[in-house]
Formats: sequence, C-alpha cells, structure tokens
Amino acid sequence: MSNQNDYDRIERNAKRRKLIKNTVIYIFLAIWGLMVLFPFYWMILSSIKSYSAYSSEYIPKFFTLSPTLQNYSEAFTAVPLGKYFLNTLIFTLCTTVLMMVVIILAAFAFARLEFRGKNIVFALFLSLMMIPNELVIITNFVTITDLGLRNTFAGLILPSVTSVFYIYLLKENFEAIPEELYKAAKVDGTSDFKYLVRVMLPISQPTIVTIIILKVIECWNSYVWPRLITDNSNYFLVSNGIQEIRENGFGRENIPAMMAAVVVISVPLIVLFLIFRKKIMAGVSRGGTKG
Amino acid sequence: MKVVLDHLTKKFPNRNKKVGGFVVAVNDFTFEIPDGKLIGLLGPSGCGKSTTLNLICGLEKPTEGRILFGDDDVTGLPPEVRGVGLVFQNYALYPHLTVEENIMFPLGNLRGEEKLTKQQMKDKALEAAKLVQIDSLMERKPNELSGGQQQRVAIARALVKMPKVLLLDEPLSNLDARLRLQTREELRRIQNETGITTVFVTHDQEEAMSISDMIVVMKDGVLQQIGIPQEVYDEPVNLFVAKFLGTPAINVFEGRVKGGSLYIGEDSVLDVKGVDDRDVYVAIRPEGFIVDDSGRMKCTLLRREVMGRDSSVVAKNDAFIGETIRAIISSETKVDTSKPDIRFSLKPAKTYLFDRSTEERIRFSV
Ligand SMILES: Nc1ncnc2c1ncn2[C@@H]1O[C@H](COP(=O)(O)OP(=O)(O)O)[C@@H](O)[C@H]1O
Ligand SMILES: [Mg+2]
Repeated sequence: MSNQNDYDRIERNAKRRKLIKNTVIYIFLAIWGLMVLFPFYWMILSSIKSYSAYSSEYIPKFFTLSPTLQNYSEAFTAVPLGKYFLNTLIFTLCTTVLMMVVIILAAFAFARLEFRGKNIVFALFLSLMMIPNELVIITNFVTITDLGLRNTFAGLILPSVTSVFYIYLLKENFEAIPEELYKAAKVDGTSDFKYLVRVMLPISQPTIVTIIILKVIECWNSYVWPRLITDNSNYFLVSNGIQEIRENGFGRENIPAMMAAVVVISVPLIVLFLIFRKKIMAGVSRGGTKG
Repeated sequence: MKVVLDHLTKKFPNRNKKVGGFVVAVNDFTFEIPDGKLIGLLGPSGCGKSTTLNLICGLEKPTEGRILFGDDDVTGLPPEVRGVGLVFQNYALYPHLTVEENIMFPLGNLRGEEKLTKQQMKDKALEAAKLVQIDSLMERKPNELSGGQQQRVAIARALVKMPKVLLLDEPLSNLDARLRLQTREELRRIQNETGITTVFVTHDQEEAMSISDMIVVMKDGVLQQIGIPQEVYDEPVNLFVAKFLGTPAINVFEGRVKGGSLYIGEDSVLDVKGVDDRDVYVAIRPEGFIVDDSGRMKCTLLRREVMGRDSSVVAKNDAFIGETIRAIISSETKVDTSKPDIRFSLKPAKTYLFDRSTEERIRFSV
C-alpha cells in the first residue's frame, strides 16, 4: 500500500518537475523568438506608416492606426527599384551558377583525383580562409579596375565565383562517398564526369542545396562590393537602391519608403527559405557530422 | 570467354611512405580460366586476391604481364570497355537510386549501336532481377533492403550487361551463416544458367571448395596451386596449401625419415619408400587416423567429441605443432576413454611429408 503511494508520489514529482522545466524552456524560447522577430515587425510597421506620421512621432510608436501602402508605390517610383531587382536577380543567378560549377569541379579534383602537390595546394586554399574579406576587397578592387570591369556584371560577379569554405565542405562530402562506388561506376562504364553528375552530386544533394541557398542569400544581401565597383545606377543592386532612396529620394531620408523597399526585397529570400527549410537543416546537420 | 593471365605482376608503392619500396601484391601470375567455368580464388586476407580481380577488370594496371580475354589482349583497356561485371563485398549500390535504377545503371552507359531504349533497359533489368529473385523489390531504395537482398541487387547489376566475365570479390562475407550457404548455391545456379566465366574470391576455403569448378590458392601474391577442389585437397603441393584447406585443419607434426621409415617422436609410424633420411613435417588429415590398438602411433588421449555421424578424438603428442590433435572417426568406432593413451595407424594417402625448409611436398610410396 505504502509502496503504491510512493510510486504515485514519485510519478507526481516527476510530472511536476517536467512541467516546470518545459515552462521555463518555453518562456525562454518565446522571449528569444520575440527578440528575433521584432526587427521584422519594426520593418513592416515602419513601411506602412505614412511619411508625415513617421516624421511627427518624436518617440516611435509600436503600432499604427492609419496604415498606408503609399510607401510601396513610392519605393518603386522614386528609384527604378524594378530595374535593381532585375540586376540583383541576374547577379545572384550568374554568381551562384558559376560558383557551383567552380566549387563542384574543385571539390571533385581534391576528393577524387591524384595529382602532384594536391595536399600543398589544398593547404594553401585552406589558409586563404584565414584572410579576412575586407583585406581582399582592396586588391580585388584594384584588379577589377585595372581590367576595366567597373560598372559591368562581370566586375560584380567575378570576385565571388569561388569559395574556399564551400569547396572544403563539398570535398569532405565527396570523400565520405565510398571508394567502391567509384570502382563500381567505372566497371559499369561511366566516365569521371558522369560519375560526378550521376552519383556524387545526387548523393551530396543536401549539402549542395544548402550551399546554393546560402550563396543566394549572400548574393542577394551583398552590399559592400557592388557599392564599391558600381557608380552607374544601371548596375545597381537592390541594396544600393535602398541606399539611393535614402540619399537622393527626397532630399531628406524617407525611412518608411526605404522600409517598404526592404520588405519587398526580403520576400523572395523568406519564401526560398521556407520552401527549402527541411533540406537546409538536413544539409547543415550532415555537413556537420561528416566534417 | 576464356581468360588468360600471363606473367601478371602488380607492385604498389608502399603505403607507409617511411618504409618506402614496393608491395608486390600479385607476383608473376600465370594461369588460364577456361571458358564458362567458375573459379575460386582462395587465400588469406591481404594475399592479393582483390588486386588480381582489379587487374582482370581493369581498375588497376599491371606492372608487368598481359591479360587476355579469349584471344584479345585487354591489358591496356579501361574497365568500361572490357565487358566485365564486378560485385563487391560491401555491395556498393548507388544509395540514391532504386533497385531498378541500380540494375539499369550499367545499361544507361551504353553508347552507339548498343544504346538501348528505356523500355529495353527496363526489360533487361527485370530479367536480371528475376534471375536473382528480387523482381518484387524493384521500387525500393538500397537502405530498405536486407544484406542478402542488397547482395542480389549487386549481382543483378553485374549480370545485366551479360558480361563476358563476372568477378565476385568476397561476395558472401557480409552475410550471416545461413544466408551465405543459400546465396552460394544460388550463385552456382546462376553461373550454370548463364554460363558466364566467373571468378569468385574468398578467404573461406569451404566456400571455395563447395562451389568452384577449379580453385586457385594464393599466398603473399604468389600462386600456390591450381586444380579441381578435391585434387588440391588430396594432393597439396606444399604445407601452406595443406594447412589452408580442410576443416578441421590438417594436423602437422615434426618428424623425420630414417631408413625408409617415418618417425614421429620415437614411434616409427609409417613405412615411406623412396625418401632419403631427413627431417620433415608430417601432415595428417583428421580423417587419416584409424583407431587401432596395435597402431604404430601413440598419443595422449584427451577426450572424445561426438558430432552426430562422425566423432572426433582430441589427443596430444609432443611432436605436434599447435595445441591439440583432432582425428575424425566414425561414431561406431569404440574408443576406450579410460586409458590415458590411444593408438592410431595412419592412412598413407592422407599423410603428407613436407620439406622442413622449403615446405614443398615430398612424395613417397608405401
Ligand atoms: N592501392 C594500394 N596501394 C598500396 N598497397 C596496396 C594497394 N592495394 C592493395 N595493396 C596491398 O597489396 C596487398 C594485397 O591486397 P589485396 O589485393 O587487397 O588483398 P586481399 O584482397 O587478398 O585481402 C596488401 O598487402 C595490400 O596492403
Ligand atoms: Mg580483398
């Protein structure tokens, strides 16, 4: 009898402890979520406040009673935002496609081929990862200017068509594919290239998708380099475009219009992320354990 | 298709760079695989079996020597044009493809006149799958299959092109004991049905003996003996082959020949004519002992183990190399286990003499 009571008590205690633990975790996660989401909320809120309302708020309000879409049309008319959108799309697509070709071939070479000095070259590659981007930007700027590629898509794209880190990530993935598969494919009559395309890439698909998504985000958000290498608005990307709204839109900063532009250009990325969320998580966790 | 290996040698640079030099994985191999036969390539781990297969299928280039398929020299040809099928120990299925796609994979690589339509490929894949009885699993992915099923898919994939030569590298060693028995019989059946010249690599002598038309025993890259299994078992050319074949293993003693008589310890156990006086190794098959009270060989009796039809007598002798002697006798034979000793007479045909230094066989007549 007392035994039964003991069990009941233990069970009740365990339940209570679990409840407390869960409550704490959920409260913590909720606060965390709010912190992460707040900038988004602020962005959308600002984009639907009218310019005059926004300017007259000495202390910005956390809500608005008279939402307007005026800012959205202003964002598209004050500067050729549509054109910038297109530029960004071209830039992102070209950069990502070129980079995928480059890193896939490079990773294949490092993972599968035997050539003299392979390890040394790879070590050099890795050491490149330790040089901060800001340093490289200056030399890149000089190089691209010397080549006469300022204000061209080539000039925008070229410096980011490779990535040591992604090569490294992909090489690790390729190396995890068993040697026997290569031999089997050889006997089955495939060339190296076909093996890469038909076996290695599909097997490494989660990592590849992850890399593509990350690269697209990086391109979409890139600011410093496009800003540096273009001063002709025909080649502006959206990030520069927003800056333009701020600088020469109305003589004064039009923050609500800027925010409207920011909302518009964030949407594609958010949609992309939502679609591929599962794949990204799979790729990240796999890349992590294999590395 | 007959396959001829002609003075085939493969040297690898030593993996351990500090030691340097070469590992001779295959050393001056010469033998001929007759058309349509199943050959068991047998030897301990690391003796160069896989390397030999890789040479035959073209994944490795020989350092010296030639390989002929029929009358064609294929030594310089890459694997894809040799028309071989290869099955690996760990199956090596493409994990992202279904069973059907795996089996069709080699067909998709055919070019020119040989190129097939999708429907032809599907038909051939189904045919191959039926041969290994996995035609009901075509839509599964490899990770949804058991080990035995995966192995069948691998065999189907190797067979689908109707290769001239089928190479199997320890195909059964990842399977459990029952499945191994079953699959090996199946392999034998498939080989009989297709008539494809097959090389079957294994380190398991029993496996090789049971399904091969011929076995090739190798050690440290050197070919030791070729022959039909019974012949190699009955007439081993050296101590290595004698020890490698047979379960329980052959019993090896230190002995010597004096005046036409074979001595183990102080006992003169057998008359051996035509052998000079010398020290020898004496190897006796477990079935070579006859329990006989007037037998000439005396051993210390340890115990008797009954195993159904047969039983084995476990004994000791000072001249024996190893732990205990094992003799297989019929279960009806009476053994007086109360006595400390047991006496055997030996079957001359099951007793082999080997040179102490070269370990080569010494022939004798009774
Ligand atoms: N690529 C290689 N490089 C260096 N040594 C190798 C290579 N492949 C095999 N070897 C060596 O050759 C010998 C035979 O190997 P292998 O043919 O795999 O033996 P088995 O299949 O009989 O176990 C071994 O000593 C092995 O270490
Ligand atoms: Mg092997």
